[in-house]
Amino acid sequence: MFSRAYKAAVTLPPLIWVTVFLLAPYLLMFCYSFWSVSASQTIEHSWNLANYSQLLRVDVYWQTLLRSMWIAARVTIFSLVLGYPLAYFLSFYAGKKKDLLYQLVIIPLWVSYLVRAYAWKTILGSDGVLNTSLQYMHLTKHPLEFLLYSPFAVVLTLTHIYTPFAFLPIYAALEHIPRNLVEASHDLGATPGQTFWKVIFPLSIPGVVAGATFAFVLSLGDFLAPLLLGGPSGIMISNIVVSLFGAAYNWPLGAAISFCMLLLVVSLLFCSERLEKKWSFS
Amino acid sequence: MGMVRALGLTTNSEIIATTTAEAAANRSPLLRIQNVAKSFGKNAVLRDISLDVAEGEFLTILGESGSGKTTLLRIIAGFETASAGEVWMGDERLDRQPPYRRRVNTVFQHYALFPHLTVEQNVAYGLRVAKRPEAEIVVRVKEALEKVKMSVHAKSKPSKISGGQQQRIALARALVNRPRLLLLDEPLSALDANLRRQMQVELKSLQREVGISFIFVTHDQEEAMVMSDRIALLRSGELEQVATPREIYGRPATAYAAQFIGHTNLLKGAVRAGVVRCGLLTWPAALPDGPALFSLRPENIRLDTGSGATNGGVRVRGKVRHQAFHGATELIRVECVDGLVLVVRTPGSGGALDAVELEFSPADAVLVRESPERI
Repeated sequence: MFSRAYKAAVTLPPLIWVTVFLLAPYLLMFCYSFWSVSASQTIEHSWNLANYSQLLRVDVYWQTLLRSMWIAARVTIFSLVLGYPLAYFLSFYAGKKKDLLYQLVIIPLWVSYLVRAYAWKTILGSDGVLNTSLQYMHLTKHPLEFLLYSPFAVVLTLTHIYTPFAFLPIYAALEHIPRNLVEASHDLGATPGQTFWKVIFPLSIPGVVAGATFAFVLSLGDFLAPLLLGGPSGIMISNIVVSLFGAAYNWPLGAAISFCMLLLVVSLLFCSERLEKKWSFS
Repeated sequence: MGMVRALGLTTNSEIIATTTAEAAANRSPLLRIQNVAKSFGKNAVLRDISLDVAEGEFLTILGESGSGKTTLLRIIAGFETASAGEVWMGDERLDRQPPYRRRVNTVFQHYALFPHLTVEQNVAYGLRVAKRPEAEIVVRVKEALEKVKMSVHAKSKPSKISGGQQQRIALARALVNRPRLLLLDEPLSALDANLRRQMQVELKSLQREVGISFIFVTHDQEEAMVMSDRIALLRSGELEQVATPREIYGRPATAYAAQFIGHTNLLKGAVRAGVVRCGLLTWPAALPDGPALFSLRPENIRLDTGSGATNGGVRVRGKVRHQAFHGATELIRVECVDGLVLVVRTPGSGGALDAVELEFSPADAVLVRESPERI
């Protein structure tokens, strides 16, 4: 139907893009992860597994990775807990206000990530809005320290930032449920509650899986929120990677950690896709 | 039974002998729709609908798309609330109940089977939410699937079976709950012609077997005629006529009813001193003076190609303008001397025709009301 030249013209640019900016860097990173840094601060191109064994031996690396996963898991749960009811309400009960409310959910995504993270800093800081108000109302005598520079601050900020990402696929899944199925359920004697648990929720599971994957993967790799709000106890794995590539000047170790994370994320995406397929019935 | 005989009461066989329509008149109705109206904003979809459905009756709501037939069905099922009027089932006010409390089940136009459940789980759905004992559910689901001949597909997902099979599952899923009334929203419209005819027969015999009242919505007048005990003809949100298929065909109340159900010739005339005058045609009729409209079915006109034999009916000469051969019968368009065009149905004319003479009995010209334009 189309000439070969046309097909080549259409497919080549993205192919080149993917090769140069994705595949090549990944390959390079993979190579780096087997190299090492010499005493004179140069990269030695000797192949060994030292970086990977260091990952397992040094507590701080795998502990930070575990903590990052725990933070990401909490963010995922909170995003779903906030995003699902919102999506459900919008899809089934918002009526004419649906489009407006949908836009309101989306609009925060237009605001720079950095601005939103900083906003939480002003809210949670010891001189921040929250602490000042609490002290003004004589509910607390001293600023609450756990609010800022803690895993709590990171989870809160990441939940705020990634809830729309969890919301969107859930909303899409709910919108795709034929309304006559809901009617059929009522017709067969199921109360609204039974209808939700037996029909609506099972049919929205692909959206929930997609939303959870977004929230988990995005927050797992996040480094700005822990950098700005995490403090020493809220450090995440990406912060370690950043410092290894920066001040610490240990690119090979940084590459090894990045590669492990890449593997983790890819296998997660693979599982979530399998799960989504299993639960989709279109 | 002996007691019944001794008392001289009617026995079962006698009851069966009376038609369902007659039974409908005798017993108190199962469902009563009283002065129901529905508007969406300023748009009136239903106006002042009153209709009774008898126990065990097969009632068809017949109408074109946009006539409000589906809306009426949705009001009975509980998916829409009526703007005015009441719906009663026995002595229970139905229209104040949410759909899940009504002892009414629906077969949806596109079946609405739950895609994540197997055929068996779909059928069991109503019993499960009603928290029936599991042993009872198993037995009833098995029975229902056998009744619609779908037992082999019990473990399949709905997406793996054909439209006709999905149709049967939808039917089983509704009937397994033993509703007092089953609503069917154009359930056969998505099937191809042959399967459709087959399902019409199956559905009708199933309804007789289970003895549940059916309200069947369709736009297909032939389907309505074949299946129903009574037809409620709906036009632009108002009931045009409610009658048995034979009545509605033989004695249509309005010009619309006459035209919508079967072919007809509408004759516009005037009555004066007991004589109807319609162009060159005249016949006696005991009617008050004034304009009058008559419906004359094509098969009630006799075609005379020149024998001259008369049955003492009204006669008129004309020229054949068009012949359409339908197999068992032939539809012939005849332009009469004064320009009046009549359609005649004959059992095959045997070839091309030209000049003919037509004859019909005055008794077959049925007086009908004009059907005023409605928005």
